[in-house]
Amino acid sequence: MFESLSDKLSGIFDKLTKRGALSEADVNEALREIRRALLEADVALDVVRSFTDKVRDRAIGAGVIKSVTPGQMVVKIVNDVLIETLGQEAQPIDLAAAPPVAIMMVGLQGAGKTTTTAKIAKRLKERHGKRTLMASLDVKRPAAQEQLAVLGRQVEVDTLPIVAGQTPVQIAKRAMEAARLQGFDVVLLDTAGRTHIDEPLMAEMAEIKTSAKPHEILLVADALTGQDAVNLASNFDEQVGLTGIVLTRMDGDGRGGAALSMRYVTGKPIKLIGVGEKMDALDEFSPTRIANRILGMGDIVALVEKAAAAIDAEQARKAAERMAKGKFDLQDLCDQLAQVEKIGGLGGIMGLLPGVGKMKDQIAASGFDDRMVKRQRAIILSMTPKERRNPDLLKASRKKRIAAGSGAKVEEVNKLLKQHRQMADLMKSFGTGKRGGMMGKAAQMMGLGPGMQMPSQEELQKLQEKLGVQQPKGPPGIPAAPPPDLLSKPSLPGLGGGLLSGLNPFGKKK
Amino acid sequence: MSQEAEGKKRGMFSRLFGGGQSEPAPEAAPPAEEEGRSWWSRLSGGLSRTSQAITQGVADVFTKRKLDALTLEELEDVLLRADLGVGAATRITEAVGKARYERDIDPEEVREILAREVERALAPVAEPLVVDDSKKPFIILVVGVNGSGKTTTIAKLAAKWTGEGKSVVLAAGDTFRAAAVEQLKVWGARLGAEVVSGAEGADAAGLAFDAIKRAKEQGADILLMDTAGRLQNRAELMAELEKIVRVMKKAEAEAPHAVLLVLDATVGQNALQQVDVFERVAGVTGLVMTKLDGTARGGILVAIAETYGLPIHFIGVGESAEDLEPFAARDFARAIAGLDETSEAES
Repeated sequence: MFESLSDKLSGIFDKLTKRGALSEADVNEALREIRRALLEADVALDVVRSFTDKVRDRAIGAGVIKSVTPGQMVVKIVNDVLIETLGQEAQPIDLAAAPPVAIMMVGLQGAGKTTTTAKIAKRLKERHGKRTLMASLDVKRPAAQEQLAVLGRQVEVDTLPIVAGQTPVQIAKRAMEAARLQGFDVVLLDTAGRTHIDEPLMAEMAEIKTSAKPHEILLVADALTGQDAVNLASNFDEQVGLTGIVLTRMDGDGRGGAALSMRYVTGKPIKLIGVGEKMDALDEFSPTRIANRILGMGDIVALVEKAAAAIDAEQARKAAERMAKGKFDLQDLCDQLAQVEKIGGLGGIMGLLPGVGKMKDQIAASGFDDRMVKRQRAIILSMTPKERRNPDLLKASRKKRIAAGSGAKVEEVNKLLKQHRQMADLMKSFGTGKRGGMMGKAAQMMGLGPGMQMPSQEELQKLQEKLGVQQPKGPPGIPAAPPPDLLSKPSLPGLGGGLLSGLNPFGKKK
Repeated sequence: MSQEAEGKKRGMFSRLFGGGQSEPAPEAAPPAEEEGRSWWSRLSGGLSRTSQAITQGVADVFTKRKLDALTLEELEDVLLRADLGVGAATRITEAVGKARYERDIDPEEVREILAREVERALAPVAEPLVVDDSKKPFIILVVGVNGSGKTTTIAKLAAKWTGEGKSVVLAAGDTFRAAAVEQLKVWGARLGAEVVSGAEGADAAGLAFDAIKRAKEQGADILLMDTAGRLQNRAELMAELEKIVRVMKKAEAEAPHAVLLVLDATVGQNALQQVDVFERVAGVTGLVMTKLDGTARGGILVAIAETYGLPIHFIGVGESAEDLEPFAARDFARAIAGLDETSEAES
């Protein structure tokens, strides 16, 4: 029932890509569907309208109708416009001013200002080595100031001592004063939540701004916000002049339409996103990643990051080497199934993989789920190491034993062996140098149409470079970037080969 | 963006909403605490922005106009902006268009139809929260995503019931968020309600058990159990909530007697998912919608009512303890449609 936007759009484009040529009516139909999908994703109506207008103009202007692969063209245009609307690139918090640099947090009640304030403070302290002071100006909600004090102790950042009875403006002055005297680099001012039509409170906010002269004014807003996103963002912007937006609850299953809306009406960058309740669950906003996710291109970067964190690099390298030689035995399959589980099961990977969104139902219908991954592993684990290395040993009596040992039926063992044989054949063809694009073949095996957007070798290479740059992001103890082999050899062996071919529930489509 | 530029491009649309981007003329903020202010005035005060925007839209669309496809599409836009969602907005638009297509129609009539349609969806779910006196204490679990307003709603409910002379015990079940326990304690002290609390990070299920025991010892009429905010797609947190309910039943077999899901009016279509998951996990028995004093329109309630049919008990229209009103479908619908209380003209 709750299809994601990416599912919907890939459904639409699937229809488009299957046709040879596009008529203007086709484009219009696609646009209507895009409109509906965006609305259901909580993108504000104005933004939807401007978005579809832009896509139409460009689609027609670019002569899509006569182009060879019109569907792809439209996908590209929609993607481009999405990224443009979201902002071309991530913008960090700007601290280029004379210290103490004040950062003011504003937003509605319950948006997550206090939590975000503490998260930012932790980030500034740990990544930028800034001496940071936090001050809560929220004298309205009971225990709001205590909340920030507690969080301050948690993240080991100083908070301004609470003086009862002071007004928000007085607290702001005291905070700046204290920061100046004590040599703090940054002061984070956490204001009370307010409704953006509450005139006295909006006036108070402007007063705080005048007195503290913040270098950044960040609107903290809930990523789950509906149509109201445009009202609140534009109102706050008009009243205090925002410098950026922080979207919270991006770890929810909301479709993130608010990101598009707010960015569009204010023109202000989305600087950070909150992705969890823990104090380090704060990420930089990446327009491309979000756009890709919305579009059903899949969040490959996230997948690779996740894979890099979960996959034993050494093991992956070995697997890659073996596969490059065209070797792929049952032990390899077993290892890869284990990796699938480690990365968060099929469901987790499916959500991130390009073009897979629309297949979810198909996969569900085929009954291939995480339980099946477990069962297949159980079957393999019931074999002796020798059998795993050399499946040809498996004759009737051994199969019977394995079936009994794993609680499966002999047919299931046979099915697994057949699947494995198909995969091994595929590997062999790579090994002998015929690089027909494993992903492509794997996709065919899965019964995917040609509309599927698989990352090309170059794209993966680029991705890898990107990841290389982002090295410090990786959790400690785990290589930040996947080993080169993981990406550049037979594209993503740990995932590509094992995962995609391992799926193969759609049988003989090879 | 200038209204004219927009107007050229969008025609009718901008006449509807060209000014809609910026707020409707600032209205004097409602007086903070007005004794004896009728609930209607507070509701319509809180909803006035909502109605203004919609009413203005509706009036502009329909003044001296024939009801044609374009007009209907614009009406649908008005509803979409109110967060009704595509399904509900389409359905209501069709209802308005039915039998009136290509006929002259005046704005007043459209408002009536709009109100009737919204009311029709909401009327079956407008049920007051009945506190069963035979259950002592009557145990209410309050759940919702982070920042939806659970603790404030609990304070408002406690204020309402202590005001009616009932004894209320509050359980500070948000053991996760920093100072959430203190927040509830401040309210407890203000209202003279006992607050049962544990340490921060303590097991909320254990606390629920203790709170029920404590409320029984006290002979309290009502126990209000707060919980930590949780996003409905976080499986481990939903499992924890399931456990809270399970453990509550160990202390009192029928507990919780009511499970209230607090929904933030600013949340869009995701509210449907929230209802879906919380109902499955915690057995939600009724809804409270908060933050209707902003510009958010709360139209998602229509879609929720159509899909889930869960009772809507209260709406929150402000920050003070008495800014909680029983949900009344007719008034809500009429307020949304921009009709005032007294015009009882229709059918």
